[in-house]
Formats: sequence, C-alpha cells, structure tokens
Amino acid sequence: MRAAVIRFPGSNCDQDAYYALKDDVGIDVEYVWHESDSLKEFDAVFLPGGFSYGDYLRCGAMASRAPIMNEVRRFAEEGRLVIGACNGFQVLCEAGILPGALLLNERQKFICADVHLRVENRQSVWTRGVDRVLRIPIAHGEGRYVLDSEGLKELNDCGQVAFRYVTAAGDLDPSANVNGSIESIAGVLNKRGNVLGLMPHPERASRQLLGSSDGLEILQAFKLVAANL
Amino acid sequence: MATVRVYVTLKPSLLDSAGRTVAGALRNLGFDELKEARIGKLIELQVEPYSEDRVKEMCDKLLANPVIENYRIEAVSA
Repeated sequence: MRAAVIRFPGSNCDQDAYYALKDDVGIDVEYVWHESDSLKEFDAVFLPGGFSYGDYLRCGAMASRAPIMNEVRRFAEEGRLVIGACNGFQVLCEAGILPGALLLNERQKFICADVHLRVENRQSVWTRGVDRVLRIPIAHGEGRYVLDSEGLKELNDCGQVAFRYVTAAGDLDPSANVNGSIESIAGVLNKRGNVLGLMPHPERASRQLLGSSDGLEILQAFKLVAANL
Repeated sequence: MATVRVYVTLKPSLLDSAGRTVAGALRNLGFDELKEARIGKLIELQVEPYSEDRVKEMCDKLLANPVIENYRIEAVSA
C-alpha cells in the first residue's frame, strides 16, 4: 500500500497527513505535487487540509482543476481509496467527485475545536464497524455543507452520509451542529463508498499525544485495503 | 478589447451568513428599512475577441459553482 498526499500551493495539513499515515497507520506515503499528472505508483490518495490557492474565488475551486485531479477522478471511479479532509473535502466537492458544496459557517466564525461524530454508514471501508462516537478536531471557516433537497434525499437513500455532528452522547442537537451544515452532515461518501470527504481532521487525531486517536478508526481503511492488495 | 462583467451570486435559497452580518451592522447604524443584504462577486474580464459563449464556458468551468451560485454576464464595452 502506497498512499499519495497531494500538495497544492497553500496546503498546510499535508505533513500531518503524511506522518499520521506513515507512523500511526504504518503504510508507505509520498507527497505528490498538484502539477503532476500521474499517480501510477500509488494505491490511495489523501487530499489534505489547508487553504489551497488562498481560498481565492471559492475554497477548493482552483485546486479541483489542477492536473493531478484527473488522476484522483480516475482513482475514485476505479474504486480506490480517496479521502479529503477539510480543504480536501472542499476540493472533492468542487471537482464534482462528491455531491454538495461547503459555505461560510452559519455564525461566520472560524471554528477550531473538537467535535463529536456519529457514524451513519457502517458499511463503507472508511467506517466499517465503527459503532461509537468519535472525537476529532475541526478547524475551518467554511464548512457548512449544503445540498439541494433532491440531492439530499439521494444522499440519504444511498447511505452516502458518513458522519453527522452530534453531542458527546451521540445525539443530534442544533448546538452540536457547529457550522450549520444541512442535517448536521460532517462527512459524505461517493456511491461506491471508496471516496470520503469530511470537514473534521482524522489526521490530527491519530495518537493519544495529540489528544485523541479516534481518527485512526477512519484512517484504518488504508490498512484494511493494504491487507487485500 | 471588450470589458465583460460577470456577477456571481449565491442562490436565493441558501443562507448568506456574511450578508446577514452586514445587514445587522447596517441596522445598527440606523438603516431600519433594510430587509436583507446579500453579498456576491463581481469579476471583471478583458477579452479580445469577445464571445458570450466563451465567457459562459469560463463561468461554467470555474468562475461559478452551479451547486450554490447563479451568474449573469454583462458586456460593458465591445
């Protein structure tokens, strides 16, 4: 298993992702510059957080049109692992690989805090068997997930809601929906379940030293797939 | 050289939290008649030659996100 951490100008969680995968998950990782047009040597992709292209125009807009994204799209279609956290999630939405979009938080503030996530789909490779509430940090100003009602129905019907923001006890509550996302959605999957986008940062919760290792429950997918390669 | 203005606005059905904040500030300044404020983007382009179809393509491919935004093209000088 060899994972690529894509670097865009303005990515700033690339090193967190790199070390979480290398040291805490225990797989081979390499950085790949966004202008590259090949992921030939790789099995999986991590689109890291940050402020690609300074968030100009819209978060993730320019990054989603970078040369490497054709390969990321191919990975998504071939059923390979693709994860986008925070800005990486915005990039996947802008690229149309995941449905919906992310807007300015309902109460404007940039929020840097731990949140609690309830796993809504326990079938996908990213969430398989996770039956407890996860505590993972967020750090974003534009994480309010939106989708039209038709798309939302399809998302729910197809089991594409991966995570919702909940209370520590695992209950839905407006107070737990920190950024005002529609139906408290924190992360979504593609139809096939191999692509995950989420606003929280699993790579910042990969060992106890960081305050939580709950992110490993998600990143474990790299290990699961590695075992079957 | 043609100057073309592209106005990009958030779809009316979506909450514009920045616009709401600005509206609150205007009301604090005494503009009680204000019902709503919404913030969009104005992108000014210089093109030669000008083709509305090509500018539309620019909007569809990058300048606007159809999931959340509408856009309007205005050719200022041709």
